[in-house]
This record gives sequence, C-alpha cells and structure tokens, in this order.
Amino acid sequence: MSTSAAGGDGTETPSSLQSSGVPADRKGAPHRIEVDAVNAKAKRSGYAARVKIHPKRVSGRFRSIKWAVMIATLLIYYVTPWLRWTRPGDAPDQAVLIDFQTQRFYFFFIEIWPQEFYYITGLLILAAFGLFLINSVAGRIWCGYMCPQTVWTDLFIYVERFVEGDRNARLRLDKAPLSASKFIKRFIKHAVWLAIAVSTGGAWIFYFADAPTLARELVVLEAPVTAYFSMGIFTFTTYLLGGFAREQVCIYMCPWPRIQGAMFDEDSMAISYRDYRGESRGPHKAGTGWEGRGDCIDCRQCVAACPMGIDIRDGFQLECIQCALCIDACDAIMAKVGRPRGLIDYESEANLERLAKGEPRQSHILRPRTLLYAALIIGVAALMSLTLFTRSTLDANLIRDRNPVFVRLSDGSVRNGFTVRAINKLHETRQLTISITGLEGAIMTRGATHGSPDDLTIVVGPDATKAEKFYVSLPRAALAGTLKGGAANLVFVIQDPVTGQTITEKTSFRGPE
Amino acid sequence: MTDEIKSKDAASGSGGMETTGHVWDGIEELNTPLPRWWLWTLYACIIWAVGYMIVMPAVPFPTSDGWDYTKGLAGYSQRDVVRGEVAKSEASRAIFENRIASADLAEIRNDEDLLAVSLAGGAAAFGDNCAPCHGSGAQGFTGFPNLNDDDWIWGGSLDDIYQTIAHGIRWEEDDDTRYSEMPKFGVDEILEPADISDVVQFVLSLSASEHNAEQAVRGAVVFEDQCSACHGESGQGDRTMGAPNLNDALWLYGGDEAAITQTVTQARYGVMPAWQGRLGDATVKELALYVHALGGGE
Repeated sequence: MSTSAAGGDGTETPSSLQSSGVPADRKGAPHRIEVDAVNAKAKRSGYAARVKIHPKRVSGRFRSIKWAVMIATLLIYYVTPWLRWTRPGDAPDQAVLIDFQTQRFYFFFIEIWPQEFYYITGLLILAAFGLFLINSVAGRIWCGYMCPQTVWTDLFIYVERFVEGDRNARLRLDKAPLSASKFIKRFIKHAVWLAIAVSTGGAWIFYFADAPTLARELVVLEAPVTAYFSMGIFTFTTYLLGGFAREQVCIYMCPWPRIQGAMFDEDSMAISYRDYRGESRGPHKAGTGWEGRGDCIDCRQCVAACPMGIDIRDGFQLECIQCALCIDACDAIMAKVGRPRGLIDYESEANLERLAKGEPRQSHILRPRTLLYAALIIGVAALMSLTLFTRSTLDANLIRDRNPVFVRLSDGSVRNGFTVRAINKLHETRQLTISITGLEGAIMTRGATHGSPDDLTIVVGPDATKAEKFYVSLPRAALAGTLKGGAANLVFVIQDPVTGQTITEKTSFRGPE
Repeated sequence: MTDEIKSKDAASGSGGMETTGHVWDGIEELNTPLPRWWLWTLYACIIWAVGYMIVMPAVPFPTSDGWDYTKGLAGYSQRDVVRGEVAKSEASRAIFENRIASADLAEIRNDEDLLAVSLAGGAAAFGDNCAPCHGSGAQGFTGFPNLNDDDWIWGGSLDDIYQTIAHGIRWEEDDDTRYSEMPKFGVDEILEPADISDVVQFVLSLSASEHNAEQAVRGAVVFEDQCSACHGESGQGDRTMGAPNLNDALWLYGGDEAAITQTVTQARYGVMPAWQGRLGDATVKELALYVHALGGGE
C-alpha cells in the first residue's frame, strides 16, 4: 500500500508522479507525499529467527558449584535405577521402581499401593512449596542449577565446547565453509549428543522395570515395544531440547518464569548488576585512575558468558535463569583490573536501592512470605511422615450388600451380606480372623459355596488383597427388640492373631422397619 | 532486527524494547516478535493434519445409500480394533469356558480360579437374562422368587439350581422341564368356599401366623384330604414336585389371608424358560454357581 522511498518526508517529487502514470497536464491533482505508516509491514517481521548463542567458558565459584550440582543430579538420574534393595518374598529388589504391572511404587524401604498415591501428591506439594520458598529467598535457584533443561543444556554445551572449541572458535567454525575438519567436528558433536540422549531415554525406562533385565533385553532386541518407543521419545526430546532449543525452552515453553513473578519480591535475591557502582561504564586503560567513572569497563564478558544471550546490565529480565555465570565472568575481570568483586552479584532489589543511596545492606530472609512457605513445608512434611510411618501393614474395607439391603429367611430371621476386602501389605501369607460384635444375638456364617461354611477366616497372600463374603443374620425373636427404625449398629473385627493387628469397621445391620 | 529494536536505552521504562503503545497502570506492553520456530511448528501441524486426513479415516460424504467417509490409506478402523479386542478377549476367555464346560459343578466349586471366573461370568449373564424377572439383586418380586434366601421350591443344591436354569419350570418346549400343577380348588369347584376359608386359616396356623383357631381345626381335615399329598402331612412341602413349604416365613405370592385364599381358589402356575439352548451349558453352569453363591445355596 505504501511505497517507501528514501528520505521522503512530504517533499514533492514530480518525477515519480509522472512515472506513476498520472498525466502531466493534471496540474490541479493532489501531490503525493512520501510517508510511511509507523507499523508499515516492510519495516518489521512478526517473527524472529533464533539468534544462535555461543556461551563463553568461565570459571569461578558459581561455575564450580554448577559442575558439582550437574554431576550430582546426573549421577542420581543415571545410577538410581541400578541400586538394589533386598525385599522379602517375590517383591522386586530394585531400590526405586514404578511397577505398573503389579501397581506398586517401591522407594527403598517404602512401598506404595495405588490407593496411597496421595503420598506422591504430597511430594509434589512439597516440591512446589520448596520452589516457592527458595524462589522468594534466592530467586531462580532451580532454573539456574537444578532444572533438567539447564543441566542437560550445560552438558551439551560442555560437549560442544570440548569438540569445537570455545566461543570464538565456534563462531569461526559456524562461518567457515564446509570442510573435512568441520564435518568431522560436527559429526563427533552430534554423535556424542545422540549418545547422551539415548542414555537419557534409556535411563528413564529403567525406573519402570528391573534395570539389569531390561538392559539385557534392550541389547538383544527383546524388550517390549513401549520400552523402545519411550526411549525413542526421550532420545528425541533430549537431543532437540539440549542441542537446539536450549534457551527457547525457558523463554517460550516453560511456565515457571511467569509463575515466579508472583513469588518474587523486593527482598528476594537475584542476579543483579550494581549499576550505582558500575555506571558510567566505558573502556578503561590500564594505569589510569577510576575517579569520575564506574567500575564497568564494558568488556561484555557477562554477555558472552550468558547461556541465555542477554545482558544482565539491562536489569531483571524474564530470560534470566539466574545461573550466576555472569558473576564469575565479571569477578574474573574485576580481579584483573584491580577492582573489588561483585559488580554483578546476588542482591535484592531493596538492597540495590539502599546501597545506591549509600545506606547499609539489610537482610530480610525471615518475612511473612518465607515464613508461610516454610511453615507449609514443615506442616505437609510432618503430616506425610506421620501417616507414612504409622500406616499399618494390614488394612480392610467393608462393603455391605445394597441390592438387596437385607434378605428374609425361611425361619423368619433377617440376613445381611457383607464383603470384607483384606489388604495384606506384608510379604507373607496371613490368616485373618473375622468376627462381629455389638449386635446381640447376631450370627455370622459363610455361604454354602465357600468350601467350609464355618470357617470365619480370610487367607490373604503376600502383598495382595482378598475379598470374601460373610453373612450376618439376626433371629426373628431378636428383630423387634434390636432394630430401631430398621437398623442397628454392628462392628466387624478383622484380626491377625499372629501380629495382634486389629481393624474394627463400623457398619449397620438393616432389616424391616 | 533484534539489534534494531533492542536499544541500550535503559532510561526508558520499557528497557528500550519496542512496545505496542498500550499502557495499563504504567505497565507497557512489549511488542516481542514470535519466534520463527513457533511458526514452523504451526506449519508442521498443518502438514500433519493434511497427512492425517489422507492416511486415516476422515471426511464424511453423502452417498445414495446414506453417509460414507474416506477410509484413508492406512486402512485403520476403530471397529476393526474393537473386533480384534473382542476376539482376543474371547480367545482368552475360551480357555476358562472350555474348562467350565468340561468340568462338573462340584469340580468348579472346588477350583478357586474356575469358581472366580464362573461367578464373574454368572453375574454378567444374570444381569442380562435373569434380572428382568428376579431383579438386579436377585431379590425377586411377588411371583418371582428371591434367590438370596434359603427357601427353594425345586431345591437349592447346585445340581437342583442347574437343572432349574437349564430346563426351566413348566416350560413346555423342554421335555425335561420341571412340572407340577396345583388344582384350582375354587375355580374348578373342588372345594366349597367355606372349606377354602377353613383351609386358609389352617395354612395360616402352620406358619404361626394370626388365624381363626376354630376354622383351622376344620381346615386341618380339608388339608389332610386335599393338600397333604403334595405339601406334606405337616405342610413341609415337597421339592420333587415343587410344592412349597407352608411352615416357613416366606411366601412367593403373599402370606396374608387374601393372597392365600386367591392361591387356593385359582392356583398358581409360575413359568420360567429353559436357558440351556439359549445360553449354552457353560453359561448355565456359571449361572447356577452364581445363584448358589448368593447366600442361600445348599
């Protein structure tokens, strides 16, 4: 619609008028003005290509911490499925195992049944509050140090740096035409990446099956199709997210940077540039003084080191995962030029303001927000541990027949049916005795289909459940005196005579009103 | 382009980023371009969608015989999948069905696995075939026996129940059906109304229900002559001919004076179909075990 011409700001251009086909004799025709709409299409695209980031190697205290965390987290991830844990009976001896087939979750000495999945929910709640707490105290520690995306990207960048060299060498390699050496470097890099990706996907599936068995099956191509499929998906995503998507995941895919906006306040620590100290920035010549200028020599080492490719001196940003590598980069430069470290450092917004005004730094770690998160964590953890360590190895559910609610027998007595489902969490067979109490004159029997009608026990196998039917009947003579409004209280007692464990289940006996 | 919009003018509120010009409470809206790969993802999804429509069943179209649809190159059909699943489950069930068909009832009852399968199969078959008359909980209705209780007109052992289900009751198409017929004492004028009234009072007395003692004494004579051949000397009934026990508390057609009078006057003729031909022997066995396990089995 708007044809742009250079330098057009309302000047008349008769020549272009003629070239656009308007007859020269139309003297009275309006003059064309060279102007562009501010949002003219030609000026900007709605889409931006990713700018490849080549983080420069740094060393320093935070880099060391990050290496240590990376090694620790990767070790936990890869080694955990191979840990063994002796369990009685037929139970698997893998320390951490999510067993879909038998519907059990094993974690060292803990064994969780499907109906106890709330423990996992509790763990997730703990994890969430943990993130909230750490975020309000010290910012995106999770993002910067422990998030799998950060750890694996760090690992992939380490491989890239090892094969192709540091930032400048990689920039040169990118620009260089394809040669044998470039091809070999690229090939080695991608091969190692893929090897990491395959082992990442491989490790994942070991959490769901006996690791040594599955490993052997994988090699001899006898593993289930789902194993290969899951492994393939994880291999692909690891390779894609660690090798290519990297910071795009944090900026565009992950919701956490947005959520933590609500967790963050002026007292939260964050990677900050002390602009009051650094400005005004500019190159510094060795031997000259530092009066009348800031400590920032504008060397841009902080930008070159940043795996997100941002400039921390622009202030607090969504893109910043707070990995602290810019602190290491800047500290090294400050040491070189003889200025104190910490021009870029962990600092809260409130302290930045105080320090800028020359006031002393204040620490506000204990504040309502952090205290609340800490209290919630302690509360949930205490509740979970309490229920986890006091839970019984014997459980029972009692289901009374509802269709029909009661049956009248030929001798005029009334019978109710009950199903007792016993849950044995021990790895040995148990015989449980079932009895009733609380209802005068009531008699408990088994149906004739049961092998021995007078046998009032349930034999439940190791680590299993067993449901059995029991009948309670009340003689005709006892009916009128016992039933109030067609119902009376009844208590089932399920007992293991060996361990002495007893479960009482309250229910009601129903009859005619 | 990134360089162009990302100036280093830190003094500006938006950090030098391009904004849309929209401001709410002093917060400016940045005008950040969408990542290019996001666009590629959209294109990839579109290509996937088109490919999916070609490969999988997708587009409906009308024909002269009604609606049809494009079948897709892969030849996938959810109906085929279901048919396959059903066939698979039938094949896995067949192992048990064959064992149930060849085993006798006592064997099944003593085999924990077979019994569990039979009870589950019996419950399903009961719901499909028996529940309309006997109720979903087998609790019965007037004229249709409650199968949970311990009162059995034709017998409550496994074999008796099996026989009843297999061949039915008064089901004329089945030669082995259970058969008996009570005379219509009133309708066919075998007894005078006064005799009927007397014998009803006697029957009421058998189960210790409220009754007229004077009439009952006269009724005892009538009972002896007319009823005891089937229902027994003391009214205990006879399962071999489906004559109910009159001493107990349970009444198929009601136990009050009016209901018993009606029974004596016009008799009862309850009919149950024979199921063996319709359901097959294995299912009838499963049903017998299921009914036996309802609580009243003998």
